[in-house]
Amino acid sequence: MSAITHDTHGHHDAHDHHDHHEETFISKYIFSQDHKMIGKQFLITAVFMGLVAMLLSLLFRIQLAWPGESSDFLSLFLGETWAPGGVLKENMYLGLVTIHGTIMVFFVLTGGLSGTFSNILIPLQLGARDMASGFLNMISYWLFAASSVIMLVSLFIETGPAMAGWTIYPPLSALPQAVEGSGLGMTLWLISMTLFIAGSLIGSLNYIITVFNLRTKGMSMTRMPLTIWAFFVTAILGVLSFPVLLSAAVLLMMDRLAGTSFYLSDIIVGGEMLENHGGSPILYQHLFWFLGHPEVYIVLLPALGLSSEIISTNSRKPIFGYRAMIGSILAIGFLSFIVWGHHMFITGMNPFLGSVFVFTTLLIAIPSAVKVFNYITTLWRGSIVFTPAMLFAIGLVSTFITGGVTGIILADSALDIAVHDTYFVVAHFHIVMGMSAVFGMFAGIYHWFPKMYGRMLNTRLGYAHFWVTIVGAYGVFFPMHFVGLAGAPRRYYDYSVYNEFDTQTYDIMLDLNVIITIFAIISAFGQLIFLFNFFYSIFRGPVAVQNPWRSNTLEWTTPVEHIHGNWPGALPVVHRWPYDYSKPGAEEDFILQTVPLAEGEEEH
Amino acid sequence: MSFKLITIIVIVLGVLAVSQLVRLYELSSKLRNRREEDVTNRDNKLNANLLLAFMIFFYAGFIYLMMEYGWTGRGDAASVHGETTDWLLNLNFVIIIAIFFLTNTLLFGFAWKYVRKPGVKAYFFPHDNKLELIWTVIPAIVLAVIIILGLKTWNDITGDSSKEAIRIELFSKQFDWTARYSGEDNVLGKFDYKLTTQENELALLTSATLDSAIRYMEFGKVDSTVLGIKLLENKLNNPKNIFIPEDRMKMEADLDRKTRFLRLLYQMKARHNVKLDASAYDDILQKDTLHLLKGKEYEISFRAKDVLHSAYFPHLRAQINAVPGQVTRLKVTPTISTKEMRERKNNPKFNYVLMCNKICGSAHYKMKMIVVIDTPQQYNAWLKSKTTFKDDYLKPAAVASDSTSSVASVVDSTKMGM
Repeated sequence: MSAITHDTHGHHDAHDHHDHHEETFISKYIFSQDHKMIGKQFLITAVFMGLVAMLLSLLFRIQLAWPGESSDFLSLFLGETWAPGGVLKENMYLGLVTIHGTIMVFFVLTGGLSGTFSNILIPLQLGARDMASGFLNMISYWLFAASSVIMLVSLFIETGPAMAGWTIYPPLSALPQAVEGSGLGMTLWLISMTLFIAGSLIGSLNYIITVFNLRTKGMSMTRMPLTIWAFFVTAILGVLSFPVLLSAAVLLMMDRLAGTSFYLSDIIVGGEMLENHGGSPILYQHLFWFLGHPEVYIVLLPALGLSSEIISTNSRKPIFGYRAMIGSILAIGFLSFIVWGHHMFITGMNPFLGSVFVFTTLLIAIPSAVKVFNYITTLWRGSIVFTPAMLFAIGLVSTFITGGVTGIILADSALDIAVHDTYFVVAHFHIVMGMSAVFGMFAGIYHWFPKMYGRMLNTRLGYAHFWVTIVGAYGVFFPMHFVGLAGAPRRYYDYSVYNEFDTQTYDIMLDLNVIITIFAIISAFGQLIFLFNFFYSIFRGPVAVQNPWRSNTLEWTTPVEHIHGNWPGALPVVHRWPYDYSKPGAEEDFILQTVPLAEGEEEH
Repeated sequence: MSFKLITIIVIVLGVLAVSQLVRLYELSSKLRNRREEDVTNRDNKLNANLLLAFMIFFYAGFIYLMMEYGWTGRGDAASVHGETTDWLLNLNFVIIIAIFFLTNTLLFGFAWKYVRKPGVKAYFFPHDNKLELIWTVIPAIVLAVIIILGLKTWNDITGDSSKEAIRIELFSKQFDWTARYSGEDNVLGKFDYKLTTQENELALLTSATLDSAIRYMEFGKVDSTVLGIKLLENKLNNPKNIFIPEDRMKMEADLDRKTRFLRLLYQMKARHNVKLDASAYDDILQKDTLHLLKGKEYEISFRAKDVLHSAYFPHLRAQINAVPGQVTRLKVTPTISTKEMRERKNNPKFNYVLMCNKICGSAHYKMKMIVVIDTPQQYNAWLKSKTTFKDDYLKPAAVASDSTSSVASVVDSTKMGM
């Protein structure tokens, strides 16, 4: 099952594996309970959703750079309904940014990182046959696929997709009279997210149980690769925080359909005096951000985990400070639950409460800094090989630094006042999520492609993809800081108001917006290189060897061709931690975890 | 059309060309017996050098952007706490830019320097607790400084204003702002959203507005574009009237709703303290432009009629959400007049502004109010030209709120004329 080809059954007999069954398309793909297949399904779905969301961003970036100008590109995709005369409609602008954000945060970065790599790597790196429950795993993908379809469908309905921002704050998201997307579009969004959350929960529970129960003999918790630690903590974060988003969504549904007043009070909208009284929109924000903040660490931790593995393997050195890395993952995970209020500093919340969140948010910078220093020290005196995966992993560290430091400004409530909801925030989160986490995802794909598909991605194209992307993406998001400092609010269709009170600043904003959009278009084209490489190599890439990167972890001890149950015979037995690279006294510069300690050798 | 065709052809040909190149490359790799995962020393060195070059260009780009756009266009902070936060922001920037340069240099520098060299082994260095301690404690200390300074500033900014602060209110709705000045008594009149009518947009609470609201619920508009309770009852009870179920249900719902509102309004009327009316009657309403006095402390409260809005004064470095169902507030003391700022920015057409900064619908990007920071003379001149709520509302001609002047420019539907 290393490629999506119509495989013959001939060579099944050559292996001595558990399942001799005749596989149809339906049984092989739709009803697969094999974690390796499910992981690939998450990946392909996430890549497709990412393309859609990227296209949406190009559409609204064109409007931002050339406001009010007619564009054939917009006409092509949006037609006369949403782009009359080639000019984007104001409410569809809001719809595009909303769906762009929703798809990227949830479907691409959560589904594509956690869903893909947790699935593929947890059983393989732990020495397990499959996840604890293959059936539940299959269901979790189905739910993900269904929610993706519904989210895409919402783009095509008459009243438009949800238009209240990816954060969908009520009352705007509760009242169709306030903006049309808050009608059916919002309902579809909520249904899609409900399915997404259900799938995510089921998946996360599976990952946690597998890590606890299915580690092979000798695989103690402190011999697990950092990837597993990262996925494990991520899954715990998901289990604890996604239900809160669900509750926020349920209460919102009730306000919209059942006449309740959780979020609504004293409202007159569209000429109508509503009876709702006593509710507060701030309640929604607390519930949303209680998930929203751990969510960004759910996005980032897997990327960091993947990078630990990739940087270590490609530096031929142990990851520096394995235990400190575990500690910092745990600290980040814990702290991520007590910082959510930093998204709400200017809601009018009690200032003392704001102070608490300032404190906890700046605390979380410490374990993050420790990780960065540990990555850098891993490189020091290494023997570095620059595979495309390694380049992306280094890019992840760079963007994590760049994006992380602006987070320090935003964490300081006194400073946040002047930049909240401006493009300064947009720059910050895009650099940490749109660059750092995405780079982690790319690094993971390049590094584990041979394990996923039994073939190699083309290295040259990988290099080209990396260089176009890092230059292009920094070119998009770095200038945004200045747009934000100039005062440009988010979710603005254009900055024409600036023409009325400060034409000089308007000129800067327009210049910068043009630069940003041009880099965005270049970066988008750069992704075509990756897409070509990815799909071409699935079918026609050079066949891989078992352990192409000369890595220590267990996944590289399985045969290249996939078999249900992963190992053809007995499960591997583990004798050491996964980071014995260039160990003094060893013959090779790597030692697989399955190799017993030599006489007199000490375990790290 | 032909441009699109050409684009498509170019893309298809491009893909074909790339795939041919890749095939060629694969064949040549096979001939040279090289595996895809074996990165040649040449490729390795190339990427190492590219990383270093990238770092340099990255830094150069950063410096260029700072020089070209670092002045941001916001101008000097025009408020008391704005000056403090700008100073704090600069301090933070110095710290984070130093960290940015230091760590990125180490990252790219090491990546470049420690590229694989034949014969040179990597150094097995799994951990060092002392190092971990150093780079845990130092960031902690730096962050502690940042936290302490930041929180001190935050407490000052969010603290109570003095008793002499001038009280004003900013009322937000889709898609404009209305300012309400508290008048001579420096007390803002009370309000309740149930009292909103065309003539009383800000829903101020006085005996007269209560009476109007009650009348409005009972009788609707004179021209019957909005039906009151009486007319609704008549229509629904009249056996000669035939309605489609949908219309009947709508009218019944409307009737029920208005009846409940009416009951609440009667309760309000029974509880109403007439002595409070004066505080509302001397209030002054102002659209389009917000006038503030240079050097005076303002205590501004914020309301929202329909959805979340946010009051963002970029030049004053002030921002706060306006939340339906709640009142939020901030205090601010402007320090640079409009005229002075125009001189500083060398822009005679410059104005301060209040922009909405929380997504609120289609025209969110146009929801602004020009802010003028006056000297006392300009301010007093403006103030003299204004009428109070009492003047406007208790005009002899328009005693009943259900007046025929409903040609009014109400953006919303004609359902309730508000």
